[in-house]
Amino acid sequence: MYVTDHILPALPAPSDSKGVLHWLKTNLFSSPINIVLTLLGLLLVYKILPPIIDWVFINATWTADNSAECKGEEKGACWAFISNRFGQVMYGFYPPEQFWRPNLAGILLILLTIPLFFEKTPKKVILGGFVLVVFPFIAFVLIHGGYFGLSTIETDKWGGLMLTLIISFVGILCALPLGIILALGRRSNMPIVKSICVIFIEFWRGVPLITVLFMSSVMLPLFFSGGTDFDKLARAMIGIILFQSAYVAEVVRGGLQAIPKGQYEAAVAMGLSYWKSMFLIILPQALKLVIPGLVNTFIALFKDTTLVLTIGLFDLLAIVENVLGSDSAWLGFHTEGLVFAAFVFWMFCFAMSRYSMSLERKLHTGHTH
Amino acid sequence: MKKRILLGLATVALLSTAAYAEKSDKKMSTLDSVKKAGILKCGVTTGLAGFSAADKKGNWTGLDVDTCRGIAAAVLGDATKVKFNPLTAKERFTALQSGEIDVLSRNTTWTLTRDASLGLNFAGVNYYDGQGFLVSKKLGVKSVNDLDGAQVCIQAGTTTELNLADYFKSHNMKFKAITFDTSDQTIKGFEAGRCDMLTSDQSQLYALRIKLAKPEDAIVLPEVISKEPLGPVVRQGDDQWFNIVKWSLNAMINAEELGVSKANAKAMKKSKDPAIGRLMGGQGEKLGLSDDWSYNIISQVGNYAEIFEANVGKDSPLKIDRGLNALWNKGGIMYAPPIR
Amino acid sequence: MNDSKNELTPSKPPFWNNPKYRALVFQVVLISIVAYFLFSVIQNTLGNMEARGISTGFAFLSETSGFDILQKLIPYSSESTYGDTFVVGLLNTLLISALGIVFATILGFIVGIARLSNNWLIAKIALVYIEIFRNIPLLIQMLFWYLVVLRAMPSARDSFSLFDSFFLNVRGLYLPAPVLGDGFLYTSIALIIALVAVFVLKRWAKHRQEKTGKAFPTVWVSLGLLILFPLFVFLMSGAPLSWEIPELKGFNFQGGITLIPELFALLLAISIYTATFIAEIVRSGIEAVNHGQTEAALSVGLNRSQTLRLVVIPQAMRVIIPPMTSQYLNLAKNSSLATAIGYPDIVSVFMGTTLNQTGQAVEIIAMTMAVYLVLSLTISLFMNWYNAKMSLVER
Repeated sequence: MYVTDHILPALPAPSDSKGVLHWLKTNLFSSPINIVLTLLGLLLVYKILPPIIDWVFINATWTADNSAECKGEEKGACWAFISNRFGQVMYGFYPPEQFWRPNLAGILLILLTIPLFFEKTPKKVILGGFVLVVFPFIAFVLIHGGYFGLSTIETDKWGGLMLTLIISFVGILCALPLGIILALGRRSNMPIVKSICVIFIEFWRGVPLITVLFMSSVMLPLFFSGGTDFDKLARAMIGIILFQSAYVAEVVRGGLQAIPKGQYEAAVAMGLSYWKSMFLIILPQALKLVIPGLVNTFIALFKDTTLVLTIGLFDLLAIVENVLGSDSAWLGFHTEGLVFAAFVFWMFCFAMSRYSMSLERKLHTGHTH
Repeated sequence: MKKRILLGLATVALLSTAAYAEKSDKKMSTLDSVKKAGILKCGVTTGLAGFSAADKKGNWTGLDVDTCRGIAAAVLGDATKVKFNPLTAKERFTALQSGEIDVLSRNTTWTLTRDASLGLNFAGVNYYDGQGFLVSKKLGVKSVNDLDGAQVCIQAGTTTELNLADYFKSHNMKFKAITFDTSDQTIKGFEAGRCDMLTSDQSQLYALRIKLAKPEDAIVLPEVISKEPLGPVVRQGDDQWFNIVKWSLNAMINAEELGVSKANAKAMKKSKDPAIGRLMGGQGEKLGLSDDWSYNIISQVGNYAEIFEANVGKDSPLKIDRGLNALWNKGGIMYAPPIR
Repeated sequence: MNDSKNELTPSKPPFWNNPKYRALVFQVVLISIVAYFLFSVIQNTLGNMEARGISTGFAFLSETSGFDILQKLIPYSSESTYGDTFVVGLLNTLLISALGIVFATILGFIVGIARLSNNWLIAKIALVYIEIFRNIPLLIQMLFWYLVVLRAMPSARDSFSLFDSFFLNVRGLYLPAPVLGDGFLYTSIALIIALVAVFVLKRWAKHRQEKTGKAFPTVWVSLGLLILFPLFVFLMSGAPLSWEIPELKGFNFQGGITLIPELFALLLAISIYTATFIAEIVRSGIEAVNHGQTEAALSVGLNRSQTLRLVVIPQAMRVIIPPMTSQYLNLAKNSSLATAIGYPDIVSVFMGTTLNQTGQAVEIIAMTMAVYLVLSLTISLFMNWYNAKMSLVER
């Protein structure tokens, strides 16, 4: 009888199950249908990709002093259209000599948030709280001015990507606490509290943002007896925040439902009051679970900010559409404006969605199967 | 217990502030609130060359913009104290009704319905306009009457939309209206070939035409199918404010008639002509304004001729003739009641 | 003795510490604040409207509108009332929502399944499609389709044409319109009979398969029944159908059916955008079905498409439906962006033009919001019903 006393070395795989050919065969040409699909796919890529690359990169005009340099039979995209007024695309009508102020706020925000992405950062909670609570005031003082000798720059001068970022950042920041309270209210045992929260949430989720913006931008003073003399931007933001808080509430509610009942019961058994058990036991777990969902909500909000175009605020899209697009010296570069705006939005949203996915994967370890 | 007391207190506080706010505001007139805020909130277009458009730096220029500046000069003594609020056609009346803006100066046509049932008052006319048509040259059309069955680009919610339906109906012609939110979009639609013609106030047609990549390819047809008196609008129910806006505009027109301009305003202050004397001072109190209200308008903004020529007339890219908008004694119909 | 006994029996908490009372007081306070807030808002609004001489009430709905609308599903002209405007706008909103839901679902399912394809290229194309279109704001996509792609279309005089009866140009897609003759009624009846027959056949085939295990080619027979029988009747009754073919008259095509480009751009943007989300939902739904199910199905001898159709998708549906509902809701609400490209939906013609002509903002905004709330509620209810129906299939 033969018994091996050592493990046999693994033999190389048969030659037809490795290499490029094998990969091609299994992944592209495994069956007649797949062959057809692959060929169709290749045709599609061939038809679409080269013209786009030609237009965007190869034949594009990157710098030009006037629109005539961009025009011609063989010319592709005219990026000079954007680059010549890049300041406006970024900051709207903000005075150029003051650009350092939003820049500083932006850099500060990046420096403060980077450590939050690393696991080992000490005192993350304090830093996070600082970013969420204190930073907005610093940023407001910097960008709006009026204090410490900074000149006041009214909100009607704000615009471009800066405005898009401000609206979405402030929107999610204020919608978060409101949404948490609404979510808790919706899960409350008190019937009146519960029904008020349900009605509030379902109302905002049921109406389109465009009507909300219209209402908050031109009708709000009608509802109050005068004195509501705040700024157009602030009013648009109130609309966005109320709207967004309903979506946040639903995401948070999902997290609350995912916490096992034992946790609630344990917290009560410990003699913790409702608020203590929520803030010390339930919410920390629930919020951690819903971070990916919140990031997705934020992405949706970020994309929705484009709608402020309809109420005369000059966000990134409005600047390329209405301001750059109606400059009589640079007519006919509509496509470039839209493509550029699309690209900027895409970059932000794509990065955020990747982040949310990686979080999801990280949080899901140990839960599946 | 503490919580309950807190809640109770909060409710009481809320109730009392709300009640207080209600009381204090009912009395506050538009003039007082503008003076208190130190700034005039003026509704303008989202961008229409010659009337109200933001330049590359975000500064507003135009005939309607200068009308607002004149009001600010009269009320606050400083023509720069205006906050311009760009509004689409469909937002404009709601914004004025709600108190979002103090005055709407947004090439708005004076009609009975708007005066009577929208709760608005038109304070005068700063531009006499009429509805015209812009068509592509290659259609080879000479008159609107050749345009049966045409598709028309038009701005939603304007009087032009209604006039167009009337005109085509009375001439037994058919049309299809393609409506857009802003005048900018109408010209984009026209340029893309979405419609055969674009209709709007004639002054706008010239302003829109220069936005075409090839302005010479489009022509404005000779027909004018409607009366479009454009002017500043205020809310009903505040006669003092209505008078201020009305007379700020009249002061500019009277100044042109009396030969008072931005340049000679200071010298004219000493003029012996009693009419000029009244224009330059002494009448402010009746309106609730300072005595030099009209002097401020003329010295800071200019008379009607000056703002017309600078924004839409010969000193502007639009180069529109005075035409109807010339003074009554110079062949037009621009006529302001006397300051007396 | 007495003292220690006192310590042992739990003292009754003072009533303000009793959670029941607390909850009661809290709720009473909350509802009074909310009620007061609502009351004061309504009071203020009415007061302000009266002070400013704004007309109120719904009388405006019976006034003549004076403007025409580009796309109308019911007869409408400038002599119609604002009430008709409302209905026309509402129908246009419903139309785009319904079409959007159908197209987005079809596209979403195709892409979602393609994402899981074992063909590398197809899976990657699907992935790229999703990642591009999901991360660009819908408004930008809409403007892109409308202003950029539309511009590339030819003018009316050099339209693309197919058989000289279908025309595509910058003004829209023109299709021949069917004109029904006198005898067409018979064909309609034939179609109904065929439908009933198919229904009966299906039940019979299922019954037979359950009894004998023999499959019946239901699909082919049904198709034959549905097409051939009505066609036969149609020809027998003398083909009572003619086509009104669009014709270039003057500047534009007249006659036939016109699909306006605004509808096209909106539909394209809204379905392409929503389909990316649906694709991801479908993919995760399919992935949620245990792989053992697929293996089992394959080993029982079902082929790939049967496995997908009969085993995987029915199970995946239960995971898919709830998130799908919210996508449908989003789609319906997103259709309100139509106003940016001039599609005459309710926001455009009612909250836009009508509002501007009548100035009755409060009534009009309230009506518009109510429409969307009802629409959302209806979709929710329908999907809940469907969800319940799907979960009952479980054995």
